[in-house]
Amino acid sequence: MANGAQIEQISFLGLVKQNMRKLSMFIMLGLILIVFAVLTKGVNLTPRNITNIFIQNSYILILAVGMVLVIIIGNIDLSVGSVVAFSGAISAMLYNTGMGLIPTLILSLIIGGLIGCFQAFWIAFMRIPAFITTLAGMLLFRGLTYIITNVTPISLIDDGFKKIASGSLNIKGFKIGSYDGLALLVMLIAILLLIWFTFRQRNRKIKNGFTVLAFRFSIYKIIALAALIIFVFTRFAAYRGIPTVGLVLFIVTTIFIFITNNTVIGRYIYAVGGNAKSAKLSGINSEQVVFIVHVIMGVLCGLSGVVFTAYMNSALPQAGNQFELDAIASCFIGGAAASGGIGTTIGAITGGLVMGVINNGMSLMNIGADWQYVVKASILLLAVFYDIWSRRRSGLG
Amino acid sequence: MSDQYILEVKNLTKDFPGVRALDNVDFKVRKGEIHCLVGENGAGKSTLMNVVSGVFPKGDYEGQVIFKGKETNYKSTRDSENDGLSIIHQELTLSPYLSIYENLFLGHMKTKFGIIDWEACLRDSYPLLKRVGLDEVPHTIVSKMSVGKQQLVEIARAISRDAQLIIFDEPTSSLNDDESQKLLDLLREFRNEGITCIMISHKLDEVLAVADSITILRDGLSVVSYDVTEKKVSRQQIIKDMVGRELKNLFPKKEPNIGDIVFEVKNWTVYHPDYHNMKIVDNASFHLKKGEIVGFCGPMGAGRTELMMSIFGQSYGYGASGEILLNGEKVSFRNPKDAIEKGVGYVSEDRKSLGLILIQDVKTNISNSSLPKLSKRGIINKDLIRRKAEEYKEALQIRTPSLEQLVLNLSGGNQQKVVLSRSLLADPDIFIVDEPTRGIDVGAKFEIYSILNNMVKEGKSVIVVSSELAEAISMSDRIYVMNEGKIKGVLDRDEATQEGIMHMALVD
Repeated sequence: MANGAQIEQISFLGLVKQNMRKLSMFIMLGLILIVFAVLTKGVNLTPRNITNIFIQNSYILILAVGMVLVIIIGNIDLSVGSVVAFSGAISAMLYNTGMGLIPTLILSLIIGGLIGCFQAFWIAFMRIPAFITTLAGMLLFRGLTYIITNVTPISLIDDGFKKIASGSLNIKGFKIGSYDGLALLVMLIAILLLIWFTFRQRNRKIKNGFTVLAFRFSIYKIIALAALIIFVFTRFAAYRGIPTVGLVLFIVTTIFIFITNNTVIGRYIYAVGGNAKSAKLSGINSEQVVFIVHVIMGVLCGLSGVVFTAYMNSALPQAGNQFELDAIASCFIGGAAASGGIGTTIGAITGGLVMGVINNGMSLMNIGADWQYVVKASILLLAVFYDIWSRRRSGLG
Repeated sequence: MSDQYILEVKNLTKDFPGVRALDNVDFKVRKGEIHCLVGENGAGKSTLMNVVSGVFPKGDYEGQVIFKGKETNYKSTRDSENDGLSIIHQELTLSPYLSIYENLFLGHMKTKFGIIDWEACLRDSYPLLKRVGLDEVPHTIVSKMSVGKQQLVEIARAISRDAQLIIFDEPTSSLNDDESQKLLDLLREFRNEGITCIMISHKLDEVLAVADSITILRDGLSVVSYDVTEKKVSRQQIIKDMVGRELKNLFPKKEPNIGDIVFEVKNWTVYHPDYHNMKIVDNASFHLKKGEIVGFCGPMGAGRTELMMSIFGQSYGYGASGEILLNGEKVSFRNPKDAIEKGVGYVSEDRKSLGLILIQDVKTNISNSSLPKLSKRGIINKDLIRRKAEEYKEALQIRTPSLEQLVLNLSGGNQQKVVLSRSLLADPDIFIVDEPTRGIDVGAKFEIYSILNNMVKEGKSVIVVSSELAEAISMSDRIYVMNEGKIKGVLDRDEATQEGIMHMALVD
């Protein structure tokens, strides 16, 4: 006990104001959900549709998690769509040899990682701008995909692969009423973990004598997050249970939230993006950091390729077209800065969901792709404008 | 009488945030003379010239600038150029990948009905090049020529705009002796043709060789002007005028406790990162003892920062050669990381772009050099980072509302303390600080001096690169004097005076 707990004196509104920039994207996602709930008369909030939003956007969200790291170091990766297609095609071919799902998945991740190494080498050590390297990569891997697939779809020998995307996690016969039992159980555990983590963190701060927020704010936070968890999981439970892809997404997101917040490499990524020269003179091996980030992006492309192949139930030579643009847009809607150094995993996921909910809602309303592009473009511009405007106002440069 | 002077500056005052750069300065230049402007680093020479040439527009300063008998009203350098006043900056402003003749007429192209008349540009470039004595074909790409030749292009450019007054900001700082001599000859030629020249220079030999008048600035005040055509002035007199300020008691006392040599650099040579045959540091050798503060003095461009950065993990330049001995053992630092791990710390003179990550908060900046120590198996210990940051905030008196404050919102002095904290947390034995007190107020300066004194008290060794002679003399146990990439000599604490250092740098 250093000098006991110091409670920061701040009102609820003051706190919201202070964190407006962080909260704005969640508020935006909530508003968009509500707007489409009204427009589609609630169809977009049905269990089936909520599950679909996750499944249909999973491969973009996986890419966005990697892309946000690339954007934080101040680079861009235009090749992800083509790499998704290439690793997706390879995964289909590997699976069709009969080696089974897990070996296919592991090999696909390795191949993605090797592709990442290849591009990272040119970017980090040969100092070719990422924009150019990955533009070449975009053409190269699209071409290679055409070559290995012979420009025809590769269908899968059985339905096992498909489960990664459209399957769900169930325990046979474990049902509570009409709800899936496992989903409800996981929901309960998640809420308990949330409560435990929130208090553990607060107590540790108190123990170290740091300033903490008043107790009621912890309760508000728990209530808000628990409401979100309950909303999502009851939807899952009312449909088929937790989608497998939801689990994949959860694991990826958790790993990268941890990496960006709690590891040395995570801190190095932000440092290199914030000011590469300062970072270098601070003793950070910036080439190595850039290399690692692009390799991570490659591995996640491999994963996304597998998920997309599973979702389509075949490997298409045209797969992954324009995925890079969706992934990049997700990051910027989620508050990443084009100048580098700023961005979060959770922001990228939220940004991806904003785009996904808009796509989905407009499809439900039978609005075609033409208008979907227009609306998405407007959201991207407005979101980034708000971000830059609020940053300038609060003196963040 | 009034047309005797082509340029008159009256009661000029120019403020920067927190600093008065020029204070009621008067400055007169006669028509057709070579007028030299001398003064220490930061005396306000460049600021004065920037005001005159419209880099700082009218309204940005107080006082009057009268050119050719009329008060000027320049909004940018474009206006002053049109008025016949050109400035040749220390850093050349040519477009590197364009040819000589394209550069010559950049901004005032010869046109016919709005279309560039390349024939005319090319034709007119020959006499201009001849006039400045540049024997290159106009098609040559400027980046392929030496700095001296590039400078001639820039001068030709000024003449092509019918300049009546040309300001040269340290024109010979990156030229060799031969090129410098040619440039001085060119200035004399201009004088004969009736073009007025103002030259800012640190090289007193050149100043005395070429000047008709000399004005000396010190701390933003115009100290004195000499008319050399009437009466000669001595070097000593000029140096005295440059530095002649009284030393106030601005420095904390320290009791030196000096041990053996811990760090030694031998025959260190570094070349310019872009011009690979231009020596920036020339065969420099020096050493540092345990518990010692060693100062590095010399004019701007002497190569001090470049020497330190190239030692610190080859952070500057090309083709560095020489030996580094750490505790008697030969070492080499592959990169800054390597240097930090072996116990060398470096704090850059340019804290904003080379020291800090402005968009990150105070505690993150402090931790950035020491994360391996503040983590276990790659996972950082956030509580420990916070505690360490708190510790340094207390020890160095960093004034910030919280450790979560972004460093870009801190004042210069507090930013400097954050950079120092970052380097100190990495626990260096050899600590190199480059201009540690640049742009910060007196109180913060005193605190930073105390921090350095505390370090040597703990048995560490410090190198201070400083352009403030008073600071270097008061802080250092020994002072190395550098100029033009060479170490010109070393002075002990007792024998170092401002005049002595200047003399060593500029004359010997």
